Amino acid sequence: MPSPRYWREIPSRYRLEAAACRGCKRVIYPKRQVCPQCGGVEFEATRLAHRGRVVTSTVVHVAPTDLQMEAPYAMAVVETEEGVRLMVQVADCDPSEVLPGMEVTLEFRLIRKEDHGGILCYGHKAVPVE
Amino acid sequence: MRDVAIISTGMTPFGELWQSGLRDLFVQAAREALMAVGSPSVDAIYVGNMSGGQFVGQEHLGPLMADHLGLAGVPATRVESACASGGVALRCGFLDVAAGASDLVLVAGVEKMNDGADVTNVLASAADQETEVYHGITFPGLYAMIARAHMARYGTTEEDLAAVSVKNHRHGARNPKAQFRSEVTAEQVMTSSMVAEPLRLLHCSPVSDGAAVVLLCPLERAREFTDAPIRIRSSGLATAPMALADRADPTFLDAVSLAAGRAYKSGGVTPSDIQVAEVHDCFSIAELCVLEALCFTERGSAGELTRAGETALGGRIPINTSGGLKSKGHPVGATGVAQAIEIVEQLRGEAGERQVPDATIGLAQNMGGSGASSVVHIFERV
Amino acid sequence: MAGIVGYGAFIPRNRVTAEEIAKQWGKDPAAIRRGLLLEEKSVPGLDEDTITISVAAGRAALERAGVDPQRVGALYIGSESHPYAVKPSGTVVAEALGIGPEVHIADFEFACKAGTEAMFVAFGLVESGRVEYAMGIGADTSQGAPNDALEYSASAGGAAFLFGRQHVLADVVETYSYTSDTPDFWRREGEFYPRHGGRFTGEPAYFRHVTAATRAILDKTGLEPAAFRYAVFHMPNGKFPLAVGKQLGFTREQLEVGWIVPTMGNTYSGSSPTGLAAILDEAEADDLILITSFGSGAGSDSFVLRATDLLADRRTRAPTVRSMLEGRRRYLTYGEYAKYREKIILNA
Repeated sequence: MPSPRYWREIPSRYRLEAAACRGCKRVIYPKRQVCPQCGGVEFEATRLAHRGRVVTSTVVHVAPTDLQMEAPYAMAVVETEEGVRLMVQVADCDPSEVLPGMEVTLEFRLIRKEDHGGILCYGHKAVPVE
Repeated sequence: MRDVAIISTGMTPFGELWQSGLRDLFVQAAREALMAVGSPSVDAIYVGNMSGGQFVGQEHLGPLMADHLGLAGVPATRVESACASGGVALRCGFLDVAAGASDLVLVAGVEKMNDGADVTNVLASAADQETEVYHGITFPGLYAMIARAHMARYGTTEEDLAAVSVKNHRHGARNPKAQFRSEVTAEQVMTSSMVAEPLRLLHCSPVSDGAAVVLLCPLERAREFTDAPIRIRSSGLATAPMALADRADPTFLDAVSLAAGRAYKSGGVTPSDIQVAEVHDCFSIAELCVLEALCFTERGSAGELTRAGETALGGRIPINTSGGLKSKGHPVGATGVAQAIEIVEQLRGEAGERQVPDATIGLAQNMGGSGASSVVHIFERV
Repeated sequence: MAGIVGYGAFIPRNRVTAEEIAKQWGKDPAAIRRGLLLEEKSVPGLDEDTITISVAAGRAALERAGVDPQRVGALYIGSESHPYAVKPSGTVVAEALGIGPEVHIADFEFACKAGTEAMFVAFGLVESGRVEYAMGIGADTSQGAPNDALEYSASAGGAAFLFGRQHVLADVVETYSYTSDTPDFWRREGEFYPRHGGRFTGEPAYFRHVTAATRAILDKTGLEPAAFRYAVFHMPNGKFPLAVGKQLGFTREQLEVGWIVPTMGNTYSGSSPTGLAAILDEAEADDLILITSFGSGAGSDSFVLRATDLLADRRTRAPTVRSMLEGRRRYLTYGEYAKYREKIILNA
C-alpha cells in the first residue's frame, strides 16, 4: 500500500474516529462528506467504543497473498454499540467459534505488512470477550 | 426511444484458454457475431471488461479492440462495473441504439484471467479497498458472510447451497462452451475443499478466460440481418452500498431488487412472466439471494425452491440453463454478455439439450462486487 | 510528589511450553524446567509486535489514570524489537492513543532495560515540571535463536506507566542507575537473533549490575530490604531474580507477586515493568515497592515506589497481569510457534 493512502486513513484505523451526522444522528465510520442516510453534510467527530457484536462471519481458508500465513482466520461484520458496522478480522480464538451474536472487543493489531520492505499497516481486530 | 434487437451473437468457449490472449478472445467472438450478419463494420463498440489492467496489464481497451477487429476509427468505449461489466456494456449499447445515436452496435464482454495475475487480489479490488479488503476479506469471504447470515436468518442449509451447484453442473454438462462439462453430486460439493466457511470450492465459480459478443440494431431494421431477432424489452441498472457492512440486511441484494424492479416496470412484465433466466451465481449463495431479489420466490425460500427442482430444466422457472457462472465459467467481464447469449439461444429455440420449451420471455441478471451493482435485462422473441 | 498515575500491561494470548521446545531439540524437559524455572512463555501472534503491545498497555494506563491523552507531553518506548529499524514505534502508539501532536517521542534501546529507561526519562520530565504527563513503556517480542537457551524464555508482552503529579497511584520515592560497558549479550544490525556470552551473562553482568544498583538505592533511601512489601528484579529466567533477591536479603514472599517469568517468559524490555504492573495489581496503600531492571551491555535502573490509597480503586479499570497470564490462552505446537515467529524461510 502506498504510504500516502495509508497515512490518510490513520485517524479512523488507529483511533476508530467516526462522524455523527448532525441531521439524523447516524454514526458513520469511517467519516464521509455526505451522510448516506439523510444527505446531511454537517458532522460531529466521535470515536467508536471498542465493543461490539458479530452480525455475520466467515473463516477465510483461501487467503490473499499477504495473509496466507494467517489462514485460516475468522472475519466478521461487527456492530458496535453506536450501531456502526465494520469489517474486521477476529483474532486470538478458534475461528470456528466466531458466529453471529458473539460479543467482541476491538484491539489494536498489525493488519498487514507490505512486501519488499514496505510499510507496516495497523488497525483494529476483534477478539472475543473473555 | 427506439425498440432494440439482438441480431447476432458470438462467443468463445469459456475456460483456461492458454493459446488466446485478451485481444484474441475479443476478436474471435466479435468476428463470429459480425460474420453471422455479413456486416464488415459497426457504428459503435462497447467493451465490458473488469480489469484488463490488473489481469494482463492492459487498459485502454476501446481502441485496442477496434484496431484488432480491423475497425480503427470506430467509436469504442470500455465499460467497467466489476463482474457486471458485460451486462452494463450491453445496457450502454442498448441505450445508444434506443436513443437513435447509433444503428449497428457491437457489445462485447471479455476477460483474460489465466495469465498469471493474482486473481484473488484482482477480484478483491471490486470490494471496498479501505474498509473491507484492507482487513483481509476475499470475495468468497464476502459471499460466505452473506451465506452465513442467510442460514442464520432463514435456516438455509449446506444442502440448499449444494443443490445450486449440482443443478448448474447438470445444466452445464449440456453446454458445449462450458468450462466444466461434468456433473457433480451433492456429496462431492459438500466435501470439496473449504474456501471461506461455509463456502467450498464447488460453491465457487472458476477462474476463466473468454469473450462474448452481441450485435444490436433498431428492431425496425433487425430483419435486414436475421430471421430471428430477439428484442431487448427492458434494461434496469441499480447500485447499493459498496461495503457489505453498510447494508442493513446482508441477506438481501438491494441492487438486484431495484434493477429488476426497473426492468419489470419499464418492460411491463411481472416475475411470473419470466420463463427462463440467467442469474449471477458467482457463488451458490448468490443464486439463492438473487432468486429472492428477483421475486421469483419469497425471501428465505430459494433454497427450498432449488432443492425441489423448480429452478432446474423441467422445473417451474429454469435458472442458469447454460450452467451458470459455476459450470459454464466466469470470465468476469464477459459474463453479462454470455448470459444474454444464453437467453437469445433459448428464445430462438436453439439451446439444444438445454432448451426450455416454448420460451418467449427471458431474463438475465448480472452483478458486480458483493452486490453493489446489478443490471437486469428482459428479452423476448418477436 | 511525582509518580505513577496510571499503568497497564498486555500479554499476548499464545503460549508455548518449555516442554514443547525441549522435545523439539531432544532436550530433557524436566531438566530445563528445573534448571531455568520456566514452565511456558507468551508468543506474539503474527499481528502482534512492540507497537500493538504498547498500544494495549498504554490504553490501559490511560484508562486507569483517567487523563486526557492530549495532556501527555512525552512518550518513550523501550524495546529491542522495534518493528522498524528506521521509523519510530512511538509515533504509531501516540496516534493510536490520541496523544500529540504536541508531544516529545523517542524509541529507546538498551537491551532488556530499555523499558525502565523510558520510565526513568518520563518520570524525570514530569518531576522537573517540563511536561504535565509523560508515558514510559517497556515492550518486546523478544528474539531467541532456535535451540538456544534463550528460546525457552524469550517471550512477548509489556507494560506502560503514565507519570504525573496529581492523583498519583504510586509515588516515585527514589531512582538510581548503574551502568558499565559489559558485552554480555548483543545483536548486531541485520542479525535475526541476539548472541550472548553464556555464563558471562551471569556474575559480571546481571548480578554485578543488579546488586550494585539495588544496594545503592537502598543506601540512598536509607531503607532495609525488610521495609519493602514487594520487589521485582529483571527476569531473564526463573532462577536469576530469585538468586539475586536472596543475595540482597529479600525473601521469596517479597518477590513472589512480581515473579511472573515462569508462565510469561522473559519479555526483555517488558520484563521487570510487567512484574511491577503485577505488583501494582495487588499492592496496598503505603506499601514500599522496589524494582531493579537489567539490560545487557550493561546497566540497571532502580526505582523505589510507595503505593497510595488511590491505587486499589483505579486498578479495577483495566485487566490485571494475572488475568492475562491465567485467562484465555492458546497452546502452540513447536511448528505453529515457528510459523508465528516467522522462523520458516519463504521466498521473498
